[in-house]
Parts: sequence; C-alpha cells; structure tokens
Amino acid sequence: MIGAFVEAWAEFRVHRARVLLSLLGVAIAVAALSGVVGVGAIATQAQTEQLERGGGRPATLVLSPPVDSHSGEQADPEALAAVFDQIVERYAITHAGGVTWGDARIQFADGADSVALTVVAPAYGAMHRIQIAEGSWFSARDELRLSPALVVSQAVWQRLGTPDLATNPTVTLYGAQPTTAVIVGVLPADPFAPSFQAYILGSGYAAIASSAQTASVPMYEFWVPLDIADTLQERIRAEAASALGEGWVVDVQRQDYLAWGTSDPLEPIRIVLLAIAGLILLLGALSLVNIALVTVRQRVREIGIRRAFGATAPRVFLAVMLESVVATVIAGVLGVVLAVILVQSEWIRGYIAPGLEDAVPFPAEAALIGLVAATTVGALAGLLPALVAVRVKVIDAIRY
Amino acid sequence: MALLSLEGVTRSVELPDGGRLEILRGIDLSVEAGDHLSIVGRSGSGKSTLLNLLGLLDTPTSGRIVFDGKPLERLAGARRDRARGRDVGFVFQQFNLLPGRTALENAMTPLLYAGGRQFWRRERIATDMLERVGLGHRLHSTPDRLSGGEQQRVAIARALVRGPRLILADEPTGALDVETGAAVMALLDDVSNASGAALITITHDPSIAAMARRRFRLDAGVLLPLDPVEPAEPAGPLEPGIPA
Repeated sequence: MIGAFVEAWAEFRVHRARVLLSLLGVAIAVAALSGVVGVGAIATQAQTEQLERGGGRPATLVLSPPVDSHSGEQADPEALAAVFDQIVERYAITHAGGVTWGDARIQFADGADSVALTVVAPAYGAMHRIQIAEGSWFSARDELRLSPALVVSQAVWQRLGTPDLATNPTVTLYGAQPTTAVIVGVLPADPFAPSFQAYILGSGYAAIASSAQTASVPMYEFWVPLDIADTLQERIRAEAASALGEGWVVDVQRQDYLAWGTSDPLEPIRIVLLAIAGLILLLGALSLVNIALVTVRQRVREIGIRRAFGATAPRVFLAVMLESVVATVIAGVLGVVLAVILVQSEWIRGYIAPGLEDAVPFPAEAALIGLVAATTVGALAGLLPALVAVRVKVIDAIRY
Repeated sequence: MALLSLEGVTRSVELPDGGRLEILRGIDLSVEAGDHLSIVGRSGSGKSTLLNLLGLLDTPTSGRIVFDGKPLERLAGARRDRARGRDVGFVFQQFNLLPGRTALENAMTPLLYAGGRQFWRRERIATDMLERVGLGHRLHSTPDRLSGGEQQRVAIARALVRGPRLILADEPTGALDVETGAAVMALLDDVSNASGAALITITHDPSIAAMARRRFRLDAGVLLPLDPVEPAEPAGPLEPGIPA
C-alpha cells in the first residue's frame, strides 16, 4: 500500500503540469462546495443570533402577567415580583428578569423628542444577545445609581452629538417628572429596530414613570437549561399559581426560536448552491476521467514495463486509482483552503453576517465535505482508467 | 535442480481466418543457475515469444514450464507477477526506461514492488547498482539526456536491483553501435557472473551470441543447440569506463 502511494506520488510529480491543469475544475468545485457549506454555517449563526435577540436564547421561558379568571384584572406587580424572586431563588436561575415597555421624552439640543423605552433587568443583555457599539450594557451596579442608566440607540446618540461615553454624558428624561439620566451604552445601528429607542433598568424607570406606568405588570423571562426547560416550565407555572392563590390564570411559555419549530429560511438557497457546486464537481470529474483515459492509453508501455518488473494487476489498479485520488485530494485541499480564505475574509463575513456576535470558525464539516467529495471524485475518475490499465497485456505493452 | 526448464513447449496463436499459427514447437530447454545462454534467430523465428515464456510473461499452448521447481500452472496471477519481479530481470532492445524519470528513479522502479528492506532501502540499492554500471555521475539525468549506451546501462541496473536469478536480455545491443554494444554485453556478462544469475541473451547478432557459453538457434519455432564454445575466462572486476 505504501509502495502504491509512493508510486502514485511519483506519477503525480512527473505529470504535475497536466494533472494540475486538469484538476483546476475539481479545485474550484470543491472550493464552491466547501464555501457554500461554510457560508451557510455563518449565515445560519447570524440568523440564529437575530432570532435570539428577539425571543431570547434557548430556552427562554416567559411568565406572562397572570389575570384573574373572573374579573380579568392583572396580578399586583409587587406580589408578582415576590413570586418571581421566589422562583429565581428556588431554582437558582442565574439569568432572569422582568420586561415591560414605556416611553419618555428626551431633551435634545434642538428640542425634546419621544423615545420608546424597554424596561429590563441587567440579565436581559446576555439573554437577548444585545450588542453594544459604544460603552457597555447595564451591570448590577447600575441599579444603584441615583440617576437612571440608559442604553440608547445609534440615532439617539447621534442626535445628542455622539458624546464620549467616558465622560458619563447625561440627558434629561421627561416622564412623570424631569429626571437626569446617564448614557452608559449605545446600540449599533439596526434598520429593523425603532430608531428612537432606549433600554432602561426597572429601578430607573420607577424614577421617571407615572404611577399608572409603574403599575403596569411586566412579563418575566427565565433563561434555563434546554434539557430541563419543559420540567421548569411546569414547575414555574405551578409555583406562580400556588403563590397567587386560586382563580388566577397563570401562563408560562417558551419564546425562544427553538420552540417555534420554524424551518431554516436559507435552506432553499443552500440546496440550489450545493446543486450548482455538485454540477461543477461532476463536470470536473468527467474531464478528469477523459484526461485519465487518454493518459492511460498513452502509458500502456509504461504499465507493461511495470508489470514486467513485478507489479501485480491489483497493484497497477491501485496505483492508477491512487494517482487520481492523490491528485484530487491535493485539488480538494487547495479548494478547501480557497474556501476558508474566502469565507473567513472580513469582506465576505461583513456582507453575509454583519454584526455576528459569536465568531464562527470555518466549519469542520465544510472542510470535510470538500475533502470527501474530492476523494470520491478521484476514486470514481480513477476507476475507469484503472480498469483499462489492468487489462493491458504485458507482452503487447512492451512492444507497443 | 534446474532454475528453469521447458519441456515440449509449444505456443500458437489463432489467426483471423480461424486457423492457427504455430510460433514455437516442441521446445526443450534447461537453464541452471549461473548459466549463460544465447539464442539466435532471424526475425519472425519466435525469439520474442520464447522470451516471454522464459520471463513468465506468457503461458505455453502446450508443454510444461517449471520455474524454481514449481510448474508454471501453479504460479498463477499475482504469485507469478511477484515471482517474476523477484527472480527475473529484463533488459529490452529499446531500453524501455520510464520517460520523465531520472536514472535513479528508473533503477528504483522494480524495488517499489519489493517488500521490507529492499523497498525501504531502494534509493541506496539503486544508487549502488548505478555506480556499479558506471553511472554514479548520471543518477539524476532523465533518459532524454542519456546516450543509448547509458540508457542501456540504466536498464541493466534496473534489471539487477532486486538480485534476480535469471536475466533475460532481448536484443540488448540492437539499438547500439558495435563498440557500445560489445561494451554493454561485456558489462551484462560481468554483472551476471558476479551475481551468479543465469543470463539468456536473445539476439540476431552472431558475435553477441558467441559470448555465451551455451548457444542455441531458433529456426521456424524449433530450438536447436549450436556447437559448444570454450568456457569463457573468469570475469574480472567491473570497469566503470565503458564507452557510452
């Protein structure tokens, strides 16, 4: 076997110009194949992160504001907060918090304007993969501030004149009463989000909200391990129902994307691209077979000489087959390297998945698929010439 | 025990019109280790066909060939290929070197099909052999950069690297001028004597045939012994300065 490899490598070396030219198509096809799989993985990660920004990371359970089954009234916010604290403590949930929405007006240099507020807990940032362009997301210490902390959108920050966050820039919020708030972070530009928006912590919102706004009942989110999500979902529901007493409709649901059972929207594009890459690979293989067949016919004498010096028929078969495989594996490696360079390039990544939070390495499966495809093409393309080579009659070959 | 024996061997081929052409008829031949035989014959007398049978490249239509005590029919397929690689070395009229490969790579070719020590030390063995035939300075030259004599010496080195017990030379001087041909034959004779291998030379050149201790004539497929010749003088050390 080692001898056959040595022989195949020597053949490849001697005919490298011809072989490399014939392998160009295979290398390009493998690059396309691996590239499509690699780009698909990155695009999928980008899509996953986008979905997690909306619905939270798997598994996110949501306790909706319970309502009285008779009167339809919502539960008392303070009573529900106590229930939340009790659940978090009992199940040692590290990432959890209430979410509600409100609004306030911010004083800009050219007048006040309304800003949509999302009232959250510090854990919300990790749970929803909130990205920060400038400054930082809330920390637990921000809850102790006398001036509420704000994370504002890019539009708000620019309208304020892009102040340096290191200087702790402040704005006046007009809610129930004017309040000075400190901007601690700025969100990246997002064309799909409201341009004038900001996040504020629950404690900060209490300082600016009217009593009616403060009385609105938040929903509570819990980021829990995926494998015990179903059990916890039922436990949290039972715990809340038990704490609130009879007559309350308590609803706990999964809201992360994994619970939606949606299909991958990129799947059709990926299938089309894979089919195109497969077609290129097939054409490359056909040209390879063609060239290999012509070459074997030209090498009849050489095969005869090798047979005369002790090469068995299986050995000749293996050597001719390996020649093809060695060559296509090299083409495959080149193709995969090309795919890695392209897929990892900042330009391509920025185009496919701008703002990707978790850096996705080039997927090993993409490299593996490329190499396996190249090897398979090499074996298939080598099969026919190898069969021709075995049928060479030694005597005729030497006289050829 | 003879290294190779042919008993009543015939070889015929079928013609397009359905008839049969008898190329070899009733060949009896016994070759001992260290023998030097020559077989002369005109073109079409069946020399190459006989060479193919002797080199285990072909099977007889009838009769029996025994190699190293084993009948040919018991050496089938890969076993025969391996036996040929191990025990038979070929030197062809047209050299048949692999194009694009250096002299060293050509000489190493048979060692690719050897096992163990011979395989792993193939470069050393081939280098030594090329040095023995006076080509130590042309190891990395490709055939197109070697003269006819040099190419035939590479072919001789290639035939000998596995230490065969039988060397078959098919018109080894056919593509060389007289002087170079004589030098190549002397080298072949010396090397085979030194290694103890039997040498069978098939030629149409009587002067080349005369260098063998036993001479035969192939006439219309029938092998006839010629007059015995005096035993040759023992071979001296190899001379590297053979004309190219």
